Formats: sequence, structure tokens, C-alpha cells
Amino acid sequence: MKAPLACAVAACGLATLPAMADPQPGGVIDTIIQPEPPGLVLGMIQNAPTRTVAGNIYEGLLRYDTDLNPIPQLAESWEESDDGLTYTFHLRKGVTWHDGEPFTAEDVVFSADVFHRDLNPSARAVLQHVESIEATDDHTVVFTLKQPFGPFLLSFEAGTFTMVPKHIYEGTEFRDNEANNQPVGTGPFKFENWDRGTVIELVKNEDYYEEGLPYLDGVNWHIIPDGASRAVAYENGTVDVLPYGTVENFDVPRLAEMENTCMTQEGHEYFSPFAMLWMNNREGPTADKRFRQAVMYAMDREFARDVLWNGLGNVPLSAFGSNAKFQNEDLEPYDHDPEKARELLDEMGYDGEEVTLLPLPYGETWTRWAEAVKQNLSEVGINVRTEATDVGGWNQRLGEWDYDLAFTYLYQYGDPALGISRTYLSSNIEKGSPWNNVEGYENERVDELFNEAATAYPEAKREALYHEVQEILHEDVPVGWLLELGFPTIYRCNIKNLVTSGVGVNDGFKDAWIEK
Amino acid sequence: MSFFARFAQNRGALIGLIILALIIAMAILAPLLFPESPWRMVQRPFLPPFEVDGFVLGTDTMGRNVAAGLMHGAWVSLLIGLVSTSVALIIGVPLGAVAGYYGGLVDDALMRFTEFFQTIPNFALAIVLVAIMQPSVTSIVLAIAIVSWPPVARLVRAEFMSLRNREYVEAARLVGQGNTTIILKQILPNTLSPIIVLASLMVATAILLESALSFLGLGDPNVMSWGYMIGAARTVIRQAWWLSFFPGMAILLTVLALNLVGEGLDDALNPKLARERQ
Repeated sequence: MKAPLACAVAACGLATLPAMADPQPGGVIDTIIQPEPPGLVLGMIQNAPTRTVAGNIYEGLLRYDTDLNPIPQLAESWEESDDGLTYTFHLRKGVTWHDGEPFTAEDVVFSADVFHRDLNPSARAVLQHVESIEATDDHTVVFTLKQPFGPFLLSFEAGTFTMVPKHIYEGTEFRDNEANNQPVGTGPFKFENWDRGTVIELVKNEDYYEEGLPYLDGVNWHIIPDGASRAVAYENGTVDVLPYGTVENFDVPRLAEMENTCMTQEGHEYFSPFAMLWMNNREGPTADKRFRQAVMYAMDREFARDVLWNGLGNVPLSAFGSNAKFQNEDLEPYDHDPEKARELLDEMGYDGEEVTLLPLPYGETWTRWAEAVKQNLSEVGINVRTEATDVGGWNQRLGEWDYDLAFTYLYQYGDPALGISRTYLSSNIEKGSPWNNVEGYENERVDELFNEAATAYPEAKREALYHEVQEILHEDVPVGWLLELGFPTIYRCNIKNLVTSGVGVNDGFKDAWIEK
Repeated sequence: MSFFARFAQNRGALIGLIILALIIAMAILAPLLFPESPWRMVQRPFLPPFEVDGFVLGTDTMGRNVAAGLMHGAWVSLLIGLVSTSVALIIGVPLGAVAGYYGGLVDDALMRFTEFFQTIPNFALAIVLVAIMQPSVTSIVLAIAIVSWPPVARLVRAEFMSLRNREYVEAARLVGQGNTTIILKQILPNTLSPIIVLASLMVATAILLESALSFLGLGDPNVMSWGYMIGAARTVIRQAWWLSFFPGMAILLTVLALNLVGEGLDDALNPKLARERQ
């Protein structure tokens, strides 16, 4: 018996795309990519700028709407067995690669089983749960799992499980393949030209399998190294779309107020960047739970959001962001309450020992934020010393656990097993990386709950486990939960349908069109 | 004519002295007028000057009082200027004295060493030093001192070379005074006036250097200095001119005042030269 999860193309499409006037084909959009990506072969390179540009060249089996429900891309429908162990994908027919070769189930098996197993750490983390991948015919692929893995269907986004052409890569040294300079995908846009340091040009894929799409004739990604010049480029009309991270936050309100300018925070739901404050659980005052709770009460997180992030983003309740699945909403929020913070510090007998704070060296906003947090903390009597570092120094200090407090932000990837548990599992404590369990939190019960929940089935069971783990984390405060960041995309209002999915910043131009 | 009368003959110097006194007063009064930390966020952000009572100079990007930052910043700037100049003198004067007094090989060795520092652009070296030592008040003071001592050594050496064969030095030698005594008691006091003039200008340069370092984000993140204020305001200059204008004026006036005072000191200490100039 198979659970009918299949999603009719038309129905799902309509549910996610806003109602629109008749799209008008034609036109080229100029936008910015910041910083310049190291390369464009998605799956081989996972940096954010690569994902943003190459997400229009390559595709995955699925896309996700803004609620992170899967919607068809290269797979037009799929089924999940009752025991959660078998997933069958039915591929679209008549899809061709940019070089004219047909896209088949063999490409899927090659991409997942060979290419990504070799090159892609985030895909590998998912593949460890996979027993076998088989092509039963040209347009059907069956994934068999070792044990149920709840977030499995969330892993097929283009940036994680990119479909790459078997006929180009099979039997070659993937990284040295000459085709890497001329990426070949199935996406709505084809790679045309890359003038290093200046512009990356994509042109319309005339043979795209979705009737009438894309509407645009091309997209030009300009590379402009200086932040102020990027803002000017939008103001003087050189570019019409400013993706996330291309202008400084305090420029956002000014640009957003310009005539014919729209702004959206959508298109980041899948990543849900979550700003956190690492607190060293190993030694010093930060090793005391009451100190960490005091920090949470001392910080004015609403102020940070309203002043530093122009009101964009959410103040998180606890370890699970509001976009994360299985959020436990019954927890008592850590409101800005300096009095309570002082009480907790008195109770633990904090003697004014100095704690170091490492700001995130990613630009003005983060520097100002560290100043605000430092001020919040000194007002309840915590003695903070800020130590400025560069990116290399920051990576090193965190990797060596040489800090008391430090800023960071992490992606959540739609499911706790993909993006959240990594911060709290004691098996993830390892020197050398600033992205694992850097705070050194160890709690056996938390380990158990997270591990059990990752492979529990069905969803209701996972939910119960995750709710319990959140209660423990909320009490222990292994890290400070600062803000679920809102990254704005700024664009001219006559560009329609720019962001249509939960990874919309990366695959947005597929549906976009220009109203004339 | 008394020393002060000679000094006051130079109008500019007098004005400089008044400005400098005001700035020193600012630094001293800062903790009394603004007892709260200048980092405290007290009003809504981007408040223009002269709009709300109590916030004459407005507020910055995070609602911190610009006037409080300016007053507390005066203390930081003056402190860094004075301390780093003192350190530079402590390095430069003995080196120059020894080189100038003994001459020969010692002079050659010490001067090649000095040239080594002079050939590296000041500011680039300061940036590298601060970046290596981690930005803090101590590392900034040290970096400024290390890049600014060579001119002191050069000046002191030249003075010593011209004084070491004067009759009074010969006389001291005849009565049996040792080299150290001659250097410290006979020659050094006679080189003081050019050193004082140079030092007053060095304080100005040091303040500029510190501001430039802070502007680049290499200031001590724990102290509010003028350079930091401008650096933080640079990116919002189109929205909020006053955030860079006031600290900029403060730096300009302080450096100007120190230069004027330096010139006045020069006049007062070298009356002969001053008369020739007129």
C-alpha cells in the first residue's frame, strides 16, 4: 500500500504562485552577485553566491514552497511507502540538458550515488541513511533507506542534490573536467559568458520543458566589490534587483523608499539564517547555566532587530526558529528583563570576572550589534571585553574554543535533523571547526532525543521528541538565541514573480517577468 | 621678555592654547557631565542635532548620545596622543643622543637601524603592528610610538653633533666628567627646546594616527574614540552628516591647536629665530 503523496503539477503550482496578470515575455534583468562566486558548478561548490547564480542553471528533483512543502521540479510526482523506507520519484519526460542530451533516471542515480557521495558533504550526510538508489526505468528512480529519515524529502533542493549530467562527468576527474567552465544543467537559463570581476551572463533556455518559461531573455549578474557602489548601481538604474547581502542594512530603508521599489523577505525559508551567541559551556562564568540565562534576559533583542536590522526578522523563542518544523510554542519567552538577569547573577555569585566577546567580522551591522550586546550586558553588571578579529582569526578562535561569547549565524535547512541538532549533539564536539557544537554542550538526554527524533516515524512521534528536547535546551541555554535574520531582496516593482519558493533567492528568475 | 610674553606675542599660539585648554577641560569634565557610559543607547537612533533637549549633538546609528561620545573621546584621544609621544621620546632621545655624541661606527649602526624604520611608510607599519598585536589601547600606543620615534632620534643626533665640540663640553671633559654625565647634564638640557616643539607636533600626529586606525576598524573596540565615531558614521554619511561632522571638527581643532601651540613654543624657546622670521 502506498501513501498517495503525489502532487499534481498544476494544483501545486497554482497554490504557490500568486495570482497574476498575463505574464509578458522578453527583457533582460540586471542584478548583482556579492561576492563573486568561486565557480558555477553547483554540487561541486556550495558557497552562497554559487547557489544564487547557478540555481538558475541547475535544478534538483524538487523545489519547496514558502511553507517548505515539496513541489515538483525535475520529479513530477513521488511516493513514500508506509514504513518510510522507500521513496519513488517519477521524472518529467522530455527534459533535455543544455547540450541537447536527454535527462533520464540514469543521471539521477549518477548525481546522487556517485557525484555527490564524492564531492558534497551536505548530501553525504543524507546519503548515509540511504541503502540503495536504483533506476527502474528511464523515468523512475527508487531510493531505499536503511531506516526512516524524517527530513528525507527536504534534501532534494537544487543546491544540495544538484542534478548533473552523467554523460559529461562519468569516468572523469570531476574537479578537473573542462566542462566546469561551461556548466551544463537542465535549468531555465543557460550559461553564456563570465567576464571575471565584471559580469556573469545567463541566457534563456529556449528548450525549457515548462511551456512558456522562462519569460526573461536573460539575467546578467554584475560584480561590484564596493558596498556603496552597489547601492548607487541600483539608484542610477544600472541594476534592477538587489539580492540579499548586496547592500548594507542601513541603506535598505533609503532604497526601499525609492519610487517603483518593492522589498521582500521571502525566499529564505529553507535556509532560515539564525543568529546566535556562542557561550563557552566549558569554563569561566559562561559554564554556569544561570549566567547564560542571565545573558538571555539582559539582551534587548527587539532593539537589535528594530534598529540594526530595520525591523526585519524574528526574535526567536528558543532553539527552534519559527520556520523550523516542530517548534514548541509553549515555552516561556526570554524577555528583556535586566532585573531578572541581575538576580540570576547574584544567585550564582558572579564576581565580575571578565568575559571576552568576539563579534562576527562580517561588516558594520555585526560590529554595531556586538556593541549593543556588550552594553546590554554591562548594564546588568557583566564585565565584557570585546576582542576584534578578522574572519581567519574568528574561525581559528572558535575552532580552538578560545572565547567566552561569540556571534555567529547558522542555516537551518528546514528540518531540525538537518540544521539544528548539529549545534547541540555532543558527538559534534570537535576542535577545528566553527560550525559544529562549538559551545561544548553535553547532555545525554538531548543526544538521545535528537538521535531518536531524526529517524523516528511518523511525524507525530518526531514532534513529541523534539518538543521535549526544546524544553531541556530552553532551560539550559547552551547558546544565546539572538535573531532569525530577515534578508531583504530589493527590486523594481514592475518585475513580477521574482520570489516564488522557499529557496527563491536561488531559483527566482525562472518565473519572473517584466511588466512593460 | 618672559617666556610667556614671548609665547603670547604669537596670536595664533594663544588661540591654540585656549582651544587646547577647552579640549582638556572636555576630557576632564566628561565623567561629570556624562556619568553614564557613552556606549549606552539612550534615545531613538539618528536624532538630528539641536532637536531634543539634552541631545545637543543628536544621537548616532544606535541612539547613543553624540555629545557624550565626543567628550569621552577627547580623553581617549589626548591620552593616546600623550602616552604614545612619551614612549616615542623614550625610544628616540637616547638613541639619537648616543649616535650623535659618539659618532663613528656607533652612529652608523644606529642610523642604519633608524633608517630601516624610516623607509617603511608610517601608517602601513602601524596597521600591520596593530593587526598583529590585536587592537587595544596598549597596542595602538605602542604602534604609534614605534612609527614615530625615528624623527626624534634624527633631531637629537643632529643637536648632539653640533653641541658635542662646544667649549663648555670641552670644559666639562677637562674637569673629568664622564660621558654619561656630559650627555645627561651638559648637552641634553640644551637640546630640550627643539624636542619640546617636536613633541607638541607629535601629539597631533599621534591623534591623527589613532583616528585613522580607528576609522579603519583597528581601534580598541572597548573605548569610544573620535576616529571610531567617524569610522562608524562613514557608511551613513548620506543619512546623518552630524555623526562624522562633530568628531571630525574635534580632531581638526585639536590638531590645529597643537600645531599652533607648537609654533608658539618654537617662538618662545628660540627668540633669535623668531626675530629673524619677522
